[in-house]
Amino acid sequence: MEAKKEAEENEEMKKTEKKPKKGESKKEEKSEKILKIPRDIVVPGEVIVSGEDYLPSDGTMRESMNIIATRFGLVEFIGRLVKVIPLSGVYIPRRGNTVIGKVIDITYNGLRLDIGAPYEAFLPMKECFFPHGRELEEYFNIGDMIIVKIFSIRRGDINLTMRDRGLNKLEGGMTITVNPNKVPRVIGKEGSMVNMIKQETGCLIVVGQNGIIWIRGENIDAELLAKEAILLITSKSHIEGLTDFVQDFLEKAKKGKEKLIK
Amino acid sequence: MEIANITKKRLIEFLEKGKRFDNRGWLEYRPLKINLGISSNAEGSAQVFLGKTEVMVGVKLDAVVPYRDSEESGVLAVVTELLPMASERFEHGPPKIQSIELARIVDRSIRESEIIDMKKLCIKKGEKVWSVMIDIYAINDDGNLIDAAAIGAVAAIMSAVMPKIDKDDKVQYGEFTKDKLPITSAIPTTVTFYKIGDKFVLDPTTEEQDASELRVSFAVSFPSKEKKSKKIDAENAVINAMQKGGGDATLSSEEINTLIDLAVEKAASLQEKIREEIE
Amino acid sequence: MTYEKRYDGRDFDETRKVEIKMGVIPRANGSAMFSFGNTKAIAAVYGPRLMHPQHLQNPEKAVLRCSYDMLSFSVTERKKPGPSRRSSEISHVIMNALTPVLQLENFPNAVIDLEIEIIQADASTRCAGINAAALALAHAGIPMTDLISAVSVGNIGNKICIDITKEEEDYEEDGEKLATDIPVAFAPRKNRLTLLQLDGKVKPEVLKKVIEAGNKACMKINEAQKKALRDLKMETELPEEEEK
Repeated sequence: MEAKKEAEENEEMKKTEKKPKKGESKKEEKSEKILKIPRDIVVPGEVIVSGEDYLPSDGTMRESMNIIATRFGLVEFIGRLVKVIPLSGVYIPRRGNTVIGKVIDITYNGLRLDIGAPYEAFLPMKECFFPHGRELEEYFNIGDMIIVKIFSIRRGDINLTMRDRGLNKLEGGMTITVNPNKVPRVIGKEGSMVNMIKQETGCLIVVGQNGIIWIRGENIDAELLAKEAILLITSKSHIEGLTDFVQDFLEKAKKGKEKLIK
Repeated sequence: MEIANITKKRLIEFLEKGKRFDNRGWLEYRPLKINLGISSNAEGSAQVFLGKTEVMVGVKLDAVVPYRDSEESGVLAVVTELLPMASERFEHGPPKIQSIELARIVDRSIRESEIIDMKKLCIKKGEKVWSVMIDIYAINDDGNLIDAAAIGAVAAIMSAVMPKIDKDDKVQYGEFTKDKLPITSAIPTTVTFYKIGDKFVLDPTTEEQDASELRVSFAVSFPSKEKKSKKIDAENAVINAMQKGGGDATLSSEEINTLIDLAVEKAASLQEKIREEIE
Repeated sequence: MTYEKRYDGRDFDETRKVEIKMGVIPRANGSAMFSFGNTKAIAAVYGPRLMHPQHLQNPEKAVLRCSYDMLSFSVTERKKPGPSRRSSEISHVIMNALTPVLQLENFPNAVIDLEIEIIQADASTRCAGINAAALALAHAGIPMTDLISAVSVGNIGNKICIDITKEEEDYEEDGEKLATDIPVAFAPRKNRLTLLQLDGKVKPEVLKKVIEAGNKACMKINEAQKKALRDLKMETELPEEEEK
């Protein structure tokens, strides 16, 4: 279902790069009206576009001649597809997502994890990865955080796996929780934002798609600085040039701390 | 979600080095904001913010039959509701022990300090006295509901006015006089210390509260002989209530003695802030 | 004798001052405060989340669980804390007023918990509650096809009044109660009624006009709700950087 949507979007992106402008379209055969431009904030029930030229995607629906927003968020056009990027809402799990989950129960055949989704997440014993010779309940404790991948979702049950690169129980450092809808901003284009923070603070950072983020640094100050930078991103996610803004903030903060030491 | 093991460990490590996640000192309160009169239908009401923690407290007065063993004295009751809107951990249903304990801690601080002059609440001896109902509601829980609730109760009491009463001693609900609820100079302030690792902190956030295994609350008042004293004198400190809770961990006598002194000091400075906010 | 001029001087089709604040309860997934003059309501949404107890789960869609209540000191005579028959009924009608626009099929077996509290009451509490709730649900990212708006319409004396106060609710002429309270809620885009109640004495022809007046007023309220959401910058507060 999601693979199909992605394919659709890629198709549309290839077709046209032109972004529509507000107002009447130049085409005269079809009566078409575009009422919202990309990055406009829309509210559920609002009409985004009128006419048959567009197709409804995430966060929208078609109602006779109109495409209506069904989520509170930002409008985005990808070719002929109209979608709404949500600004809020709990984490909706998707197959293939890498998330960070908290162990809430240890059963005879695996671990139950809380990943902040509306459903139970289960990590079966055979998908667990832990040192040879140890027992499941010896290695894992309730309250432990594990990086996992969602390998299947069936009727509200989420199945997880640890058997993949980069998936393990977290040791040291700390976790913070952010609005999962802001995760793409925290990661940045091809990881540019999170890599910049890693560089500036020297911290290891893993960003879960579910909004749970792990930070481990050389010392307290580095970890707290990385945390502040991430919270800054989620609070200012709507501004342009966010990466430079955050880098600026980090440089200033580090200079400020150096002054203290001197 | 409750605090993760690794985060709790980090929190305790940072605390050892004198740091809290939000850069506060161990014994520093978050920004305090008090708004009075949030319900014009209440005799007194207050909204209190300690950081993001928010409570709303109201005082309602009514004319009731007095208790047989105190025929000239007013009646006091404190009720707390941990509203489900305040936290995903709160559920609908009859009050749980957390809510009952909080109400009783605040009740003792109000009752034992005698901030309300109960003797002045008599309408007709043996027949009618004023009842003071203090209702505390948790609106947003980000830790330390106890202290926030206690501040709210005091603020609501200090700003409360008497309702109108007719010649048959029936309360005219919704009509108020200019007379204030009779109070004394013994204003109680509650400070609750939370033990995290082996450090004690004040005013924890939810995360910090999750990482603590013990708490001790002190209600301290500073009654003065002068009728309307503006100054809080630590010399006049009286401890009206104390409660150890939050888990089954234990304390040493040295720890308790340190806390007692700190409680007086911190209650005094917090009370100053409260009085500033109310005026 | 008739109700010629409103007690507070408003026009008959004018609501009291509407005030909206978003995100008033940070811990919730979505929240809002909505007030009509002196009537203040706050709403908070938690969810979708797993429904407990299990036997209440609906395998086809999420359940909207709604709780409306009033703070004990929101009214002149203290209301004992805890649910009452009145609050149970209002919780139920509010749930039915909001559910028609929610896309609950997206979350089978889950629950969306909606909590509404009245902080200060001066009539129209359920309408203020619905307006706050619609905003809180949108704020929480719940998918829905419209934003519900509600208003209470009164037939006071022989006048149709929008957004009546407690004083108007108690209107009498020569000892006879002449105030009828008609709360309504609409899904504005297609003008669908989702809440309709009545309490008093009103002639059928007048009732039709009342509903029309309520419809118009709800459209205006809807604009205010939409504006409040658009103005929201989704910001969280960071601790101030201290100058050292």
